[in-house]
Amino acid sequence: MPGLITMDDLTNDEIISILDDAEKLLPVAKGELYLPLLQGRILGNLFFEPSTRTRMSFETAMKRLGGDVVNLGDVKTSSVVKGETLFDTIQMVDGYTDIIAMRHPRQGAAQYACDSARVPILNGGDGAGHHPTQTMLDLFTIRQAHGTLEGLNVVLAGDLRYGRTVHSLSHALVRFGCNVTFASPDSLRMPEEIVADLKAHGAEVVETDDLLGQIGNADVIYMTRIQKERFPDEDEYAKVAGAYKLQASDLDGAKADMIIMHPLPRVDEIHPSVDSTRHARYFEQAFNGVVARMALMCWLLGVKVPEDVTKEGVVL
Amino acid sequence: MSQEANMRRVTAIKNGTVIDHVPAGKALSVLKMLGIEGDMSNPVSLVMNVPSKKMGGKDIIKVEDRELTQNELDRLALVAPDASVAIIRAYSVAEKLEINLTDEVVNVARCTFSNCITTNPREPLPHRLVVTNRDPLELRCRYCGKTQDIEALVDNLL
Repeated sequence: MPGLITMDDLTNDEIISILDDAEKLLPVAKGELYLPLLQGRILGNLFFEPSTRTRMSFETAMKRLGGDVVNLGDVKTSSVVKGETLFDTIQMVDGYTDIIAMRHPRQGAAQYACDSARVPILNGGDGAGHHPTQTMLDLFTIRQAHGTLEGLNVVLAGDLRYGRTVHSLSHALVRFGCNVTFASPDSLRMPEEIVADLKAHGAEVVETDDLLGQIGNADVIYMTRIQKERFPDEDEYAKVAGAYKLQASDLDGAKADMIIMHPLPRVDEIHPSVDSTRHARYFEQAFNGVVARMALMCWLLGVKVPEDVTKEGVVL
Repeated sequence: MSQEANMRRVTAIKNGTVIDHVPAGKALSVLKMLGIEGDMSNPVSLVMNVPSKKMGGKDIIKVEDRELTQNELDRLALVAPDASVAIIRAYSVAEKLEINLTDEVVNVARCTFSNCITTNPREPLPHRLVVTNRDPLELRCRYCGKTQDIEALVDNLL
């Protein structure tokens, strides 16, 4: 069954077409228009790991489109604690639902679920692997700000080793001809196989530990949290915690239209003083999760988004 | 040293399988991959680190009274992709077989990445390693996408 496990599951044309659909669905996501394109469909939300934005935005997206949602709920009270395999959980849930959004602490879990399921699987994050639905909302946000995805200078900063959002995003950016710079502490560099893949796509990848030196040339700075929960031990985390702290005063030399993004939650890598600058885009980015996921669910369920949604929807 | 002298280091076998041109030092891994353990009754002979014009050094394995199947031999692609295999019947070479490296190595070894979903032994789907490069050999887990450490894979044989 087709699903969205990594960005390799989408061609560039498909990405653009889904982003166009997302654009059309903005008034529906904002609650200005009721357009029940997915009425009668049920989304299974399987989050084996904590999630706020991804889970809620999937749920909002399905409900805004007239569909319904069933949740796995707390893993501690589900059959998973009784030792149920992922395969069995998927067999059960795909009988209840039309599409599944899933997050799991084990890498490869989404592909495994996709190989086990009869309904489409949307990967909402698998360990330190991939997070392609986040990438779609990131691309939407970048295109919204710059009008294009092509040829931009994008700096990805922070935890590039364990940060699954940057793994998926870097693949997509390179495919659109963006110049990517990776800024991270040495111990949190982008995994070698990802760098090798990007180079195989013809990308020139710059790796540095100097974030501030990249600001002047950047069109996008994508900050990430250093994820305590993914470190094998506390000492390793302590060595790099707080390595990057972006403040409003660091942005004096930035291009006027440079945007700062973050998949959230943040800890201290973006100081609240940045929030009121013209560069801050992370809260809009979080909102865009709803439209991007609406468009993705329509695409995977084979539901066409009308050219003019205002003709088909009911104004609220 | 001549090829003939190499082969004479162990006696000719009447029936069975000879695996030649195994990379030097890999014979024990090959035995492990074929599931040939000390408790089996067939006689097994091996020579290790003998000179080879083609390879510099090589190992040779002879398994008596057992004809290895193509499926069994294809498992060897991970450690001895260029090995040559002969099925012996009545002291003569009855068949020559080649080891084929398929595009995907299925249920031969478990992914070496400790956080891969397939590390749960109760998960029932096949273990699938995708060949992403043939020379040098590079494999990635179909599920987690991690590049495999070939040496470590030998410890993860199924």
